Amino acid sequence: MATLKEVQIKIGSVKKTRQITSAMKMVATSRLRGSQEKMDRFKPYASKFSEVLGSIAGKAGEEASPLLVAKEEPKKVNVILCTSDRGLCGGFNVNLIEKAEKFIDAELQDKEVSLTCFGKKGRDWAKKTPMAIEDEYIGVVGGKFDFSVASTSGQKLINGFLEGDVDEVYLIYSDFKSLARQEPVVKQLLPIPSLEAMEEPGEEEVKAKDDSVYLAEHICEPSSDALLGEMLPKNIFIQIYDGLLQTSTSENAQRMKAMENATKACKDMIDELQTIFNKTRQAGITSDLMDIVGGAEALN
Amino acid sequence: MAENIFLEVVTPGTSVVSEEAEIVMAPGSEGEFGVLNGHTTFLTSLKLGTLRYKDASGKERALFINGGFAEVLPNKVTVLAESAERRKNIDVDRAKAAKARAEERLAKSAEDVDFARAEAALRRAVQRLAVIETI
Repeated sequence: MATLKEVQIKIGSVKKTRQITSAMKMVATSRLRGSQEKMDRFKPYASKFSEVLGSIAGKAGEEASPLLVAKEEPKKVNVILCTSDRGLCGGFNVNLIEKAEKFIDAELQDKEVSLTCFGKKGRDWAKKTPMAIEDEYIGVVGGKFDFSVASTSGQKLINGFLEGDVDEVYLIYSDFKSLARQEPVVKQLLPIPSLEAMEEPGEEEVKAKDDSVYLAEHICEPSSDALLGEMLPKNIFIQIYDGLLQTSTSENAQRMKAMENATKACKDMIDELQTIFNKTRQAGITSDLMDIVGGAEALN
Repeated sequence: MAENIFLEVVTPGTSVVSEEAEIVMAPGSEGEFGVLNGHTTFLTSLKLGTLRYKDASGKERALFINGGFAEVLPNKVTVLAESAERRKNIDVDRAKAAKARAEERLAKSAEDVDFARAEAALRRAVQRLAVIETI
């Protein structure tokens, strides 16, 4: 059995760990609030944009933008993988990377895959694979970033697509559904999937309602095709930005949960150690008493 | 007096303006246009420039707009800009510094200079300063 001193030291160290994990939990909580606010601020822009895009998309044909045209035999594929820079957030990065692995194995088997990595964890994984890393952005997810990150990286991919360096682009990010649920998802960015398919059921309702408000067709300046051509790349940026925001928020939510669990585990461990400590102390006292009683008996 | 039109300017980061206006003047890609209440529905792209409007009390206000789109409905104008700043929020010193930096970069005809980027930076800085002088 461990000595009293040993148990005491152990209790002290677990208590310190608990302090750290509970501090990390609080940091994650406040960051989570920050990134949730950021998501909320972005929402009006994104929803208005998709509404406007939806209202002119119907009028323009497929030839409106080269971004809509699928390559006949896609060979070169770029996958944007959003992960976090730091660990200690449960299975967050593992889940994202697993999703990427599965997706690449299943869908992109005989294609040439390159990766664009947001976040250190994804990049570190990519380095171990034979896939080429096209670009890496560290310090974005979970940190302070603005729209320009999304537009710079998005523009690069669009240029690559137009020049034929890339035939397809996918985005893998963590969808923040609620505090308790975040899921890694794959989204096709390029070529742009047909607009009807892109819209989510919830948006259609909104659109239908707005149509009755609009009634009249928009006059477009320049032409609706030209406008669409300008809006589609922006839409890509928006999706990347949205992916980054969602991933950041998910990361913080998962870290908060992981740290909460760790704090709880520390507490359980301290309780357990305290019991051992008490038992050991009690055993010591008992044996001391036995000695005294035995000594007294011997004197008689 | 005619009724006011509702102006909304949103960027990815925040909503910049959300208030009633008597008239809105925006820098469309095909030329500047003005909108009053009752305008026909209309959709256009915007270029880098100054968005001016008169608020409900008749006070003239100006905004820096860095490209984007404007949707005009009979009673509402929605501007989706990648970035937008109210005149009072423009950092003059920063804009001046950015202008000087961009000019310096353009003057150096070194090969490693990203001309397109420096030029865009210069244009933004000049436009910001122009917004300051608008009113």
